[in-house]
Amino acid sequence: MLIDTVLFYLFALLVLGGGILTITRRSAVHSAISLIVSLLGVAGLYLLQQAEFLFAVQIVLYVGGIMVLFLFVIMLVNLDESAKQRQFNRQWLVALAAVAAVGVEVGFFFYRGKDAFQVAEAAPAMLPPGMGTTEVLSNSLFSEYLLPFEIASILLLVAVVGSVIMAKKRI
Amino acid sequence: MNFLDNIWLIPLFPLLGAALMLLLGKRLDPQPPSDVAIAPGVEPIYEHGHDHGAGEHHHDGHTHTHDHSHGHVHVHDHTVGHDHSHDHGHDAQGHGHSPLKFLIDLICPGMVLISFIYSVGAVWQLAQQSERVHEVVKFTWLAGMPFHMANGNTAIFQADWGFLLDPLSSVMILVVTGIGFLIHVYSTGYMAHDNGYYRFFGYMNLFVFFMLMLVLANNYALLFVGWEGVGLCSYLLIGFYFQKKSAGDAGKKAFVVNRVGDAGFILGMLLMLSVLGTVKFTDVRAALATGQFQAETAGFGVLSVMTLLLFIGATGKSAQFPLYVWLPDAMEGPTPVSALIHAATMVTAGVYMVARSSALFQLTPSTLTVVATVGAFTAILAATIALVQNDIKRVLAYSTVSQLGYMFLALGVGAYWVAVFHLFTHAFFKALLFLGSGSVIHALSGEQDMRHMGALRKKIPITYATMWIGSVAIAGIPGLAGFFSKDQILGETYTSAQGSHFLYVVGLITAGMTAFYMWRLMYLTFYGQSRVKPEVEAHIHESGPAMTVPLMILALGSVTAGYLSTPKVWNLPQAFHTFESWLGPVFATAATEAMKEGESSSSLEWILMGLSVAIAVIGITIARYFYCHKPHIPETLSQTLKPLHGLLYNKWYVDEVYDFLFVNGLCKGGGELCGAFDRNVVDGGVNGAGWLTRFSSTVSMWWDTWIVDGAVRFGSFFVKMMSYPVCMLQTGRVQAYAFFVVVGALAFLGYFVVR
Amino acid sequence: MHPISTVHYLVLSAALLLIGTVGVLTRRNVVIILMSIELILNAVNINLVAFSHALPPLDGLPNMRGQVFAIFVITDAVAEAAVGLGILIALFRNKETVLADEIDLLKW
Repeated sequence: MLIDTVLFYLFALLVLGGGILTITRRSAVHSAISLIVSLLGVAGLYLLQQAEFLFAVQIVLYVGGIMVLFLFVIMLVNLDESAKQRQFNRQWLVALAAVAAVGVEVGFFFYRGKDAFQVAEAAPAMLPPGMGTTEVLSNSLFSEYLLPFEIASILLLVAVVGSVIMAKKRI
Repeated sequence: MNFLDNIWLIPLFPLLGAALMLLLGKRLDPQPPSDVAIAPGVEPIYEHGHDHGAGEHHHDGHTHTHDHSHGHVHVHDHTVGHDHSHDHGHDAQGHGHSPLKFLIDLICPGMVLISFIYSVGAVWQLAQQSERVHEVVKFTWLAGMPFHMANGNTAIFQADWGFLLDPLSSVMILVVTGIGFLIHVYSTGYMAHDNGYYRFFGYMNLFVFFMLMLVLANNYALLFVGWEGVGLCSYLLIGFYFQKKSAGDAGKKAFVVNRVGDAGFILGMLLMLSVLGTVKFTDVRAALATGQFQAETAGFGVLSVMTLLLFIGATGKSAQFPLYVWLPDAMEGPTPVSALIHAATMVTAGVYMVARSSALFQLTPSTLTVVATVGAFTAILAATIALVQNDIKRVLAYSTVSQLGYMFLALGVGAYWVAVFHLFTHAFFKALLFLGSGSVIHALSGEQDMRHMGALRKKIPITYATMWIGSVAIAGIPGLAGFFSKDQILGETYTSAQGSHFLYVVGLITAGMTAFYMWRLMYLTFYGQSRVKPEVEAHIHESGPAMTVPLMILALGSVTAGYLSTPKVWNLPQAFHTFESWLGPVFATAATEAMKEGESSSSLEWILMGLSVAIAVIGITIARYFYCHKPHIPETLSQTLKPLHGLLYNKWYVDEVYDFLFVNGLCKGGGELCGAFDRNVVDGGVNGAGWLTRFSSTVSMWWDTWIVDGAVRFGSFFVKMMSYPVCMLQTGRVQAYAFFVVVGALAFLGYFVVR
Repeated sequence: MHPISTVHYLVLSAALLLIGTVGVLTRRNVVIILMSIELILNAVNINLVAFSHALPPLDGLPNMRGQVFAIFVITDAVAEAAVGLGILIALFRNKETVLADEIDLLKW
């Protein structure tokens, strides 16, 4: 379907472009905005994969929560001086080379295994009418994956406590 | 009583005397302390100005119970040799010898007298027998042990404690006991003031015992016991004044030089065992008489070696060249010792032994030639040395060596009985001369240097008279003993088949020198101006009866003993030829008969007799001329002929050569070698072991320090070295660590790439 | 053009991962590093959702397992971002710097 292809490439462009911009901007705010763009692209990709809940969660949580948090912290921490500093550290070249090597290897794996993904063309299952993917997701989440869910909630609790303590002026 | 069967008792009497002396003597004669130093250069000490006129000094032998209230110490002049016959322990309070001293005088000479009487009895009984051989075996001393002889036969070695009395040994025992008794009596006077009186007599008796064992033995082994024993007693008596170093050295020298000869004797005995299978005299003679052994006229055979070895033993004991060097030094002993041991008896043991082995020697003409040559050479050598000596006893010592040379010359030319005859007469006049010189020395309070004597003729007349007789006898003037024996020797040398004219000439010249030096001695001592030291001169005194009576008896013997064998051409009755007939059977073997073919014509005998008398007279005349009429001639001669005089005066430097060769070379050099061996090899080994231990410990330490500790340190070093690059990795920067994670992932993926 | 298959998503995901890794390793500013970490997490999410979409149905219903996993990853990312920023604030308060290069207290 053509529209899928176009949308995919559009969203892919958003994602990758945003990512590249994120890592190359001098100003932190610019990086944050670029990251938001990238995350929005990722959300679009979720939608193309029929992951509506994740699309929503991505927007709300990631962009609305985390990125806002990032922006708050950027504002809190005065990054003007650091914007004047050198942005890339001294190991950038060798790091780039290593990552490029990894990329080559991954490409090699893709090339060797591209025939293993025939399974990708299986027909998607038909949802019963009136049931959305969210319902299926929640069914799975609260029955099969209840324990990880609870643990994740504890994790969040710990994170809350931890971040409060980390940010206190005096413990 | 049967003396013959009891001849084993003859040696035992003096042995008893010796045992008594050495066990009880100290109690009989407690030693007064001798506190006057016997050291060179000690100032003469006078305690009392004493008038020792002749006869006042009662030195009679048996009444020595007096205490010497007048202590006297005699002057010592140490330039020449010294006779320490005089006691040094008398001090003013005069506690001298114990009252029991006379017992010693009784016991010891008495024992010898008993032996003498016994010997006379035994000889008398022997003379009655037709077969004049008597053997008494007491017990088997060394039991029989079978062994293999050289020719493969088995023989049994057996040495008995056996005694053999035949004419030869009878002569010897009479000489030993008779002259020994006289000398013992003399010593009671001479040694009266000495410490160790009992010790002296004990040793003298012991000596007589051993000498009698020697001459009475019936086999070589027992003879050798006596041989060694007299050597021991000689050492003990020479070193009697043991506080003096020279006396001790002389004793050691005598013993060691004797030992050299004894080695030859033992080898000869062993060879005899191997060849003949026996050491018994009668058996040896029997073995030789079987005709198994031919006379070894051509060169040296096994018998010649045997006899040569035996002769080497005789050379040591009887002071022939080259083993004569101990006899002059033996004059360190007391004069009676010199008289008995080194003039009359011990030194004649060699002659006796060769005479006893005549059966052997007859079969070995080459050895006999050696014996004769050595004897003649020694005679003339000793005579040359005696010409220039200044010590009276030294002159007599060299004279003894010279006369012994004569005896061996006689043995060497086959005239055995003549040698024994000369031994017999020589015992008389040599003992006389020694005792007389002892009397002179006693009169001069210890002076022995003839340069400090002179004009003693009137002062000690008895001594002078007896010494005059002795000197005439030794010079060989007809009518006295020496002439008969010496003339016989010279005659046999000239005429015998073994002899030679050359040896005769040597003997003749020696006779002349003998006359010369003996009369030089007489003139220097008794005639001329008195050169006596003033402090001695006052004390000159004639000796007491204990000393003079033996002198007189010996003088009588010197005159009469010779008549036992007068020359044939004098045609005297048979009684005057007893010696030859007495000893003849002992030496009679087939070979002896063959040797006797040199019967001379009577005119030759007269000529030879005349020659020997003439040369003696010439010698005496020259001596008279030199020392009586023109005393300065000897001095000028000694100056002009200084090298020759020095050579003679220093005894041809033989002692120095021996010193260099053997003492310093062999002994000290050997000692040095052993010391060097010990220091370098043995101690070197020990030191090396120690060094090795230290070295190994050093190596161990090195190992421990460098290898073991090094390994440990290397570990830590390695870690430290490794830590430097590792440190570099710990930058503290998180991004660096993240980078390593990526690199790790790269490697991990790379594994799957290549797989 | 080919129809979009799972592979495309996977390649995209790999590319985003690599970009995020470069950002982590290269940038000095800690805030940017944290953002790069978010990129990496998102790349993972894309991967999970792609596979979830490709899985065969489960009990007649579409297979949601990948999405569930993605939810948990998002949860994790949230918690981690919060705590990380709290650490950043604490760090800034103590060290006056947000540059990763200058925080090397653990250096040897």
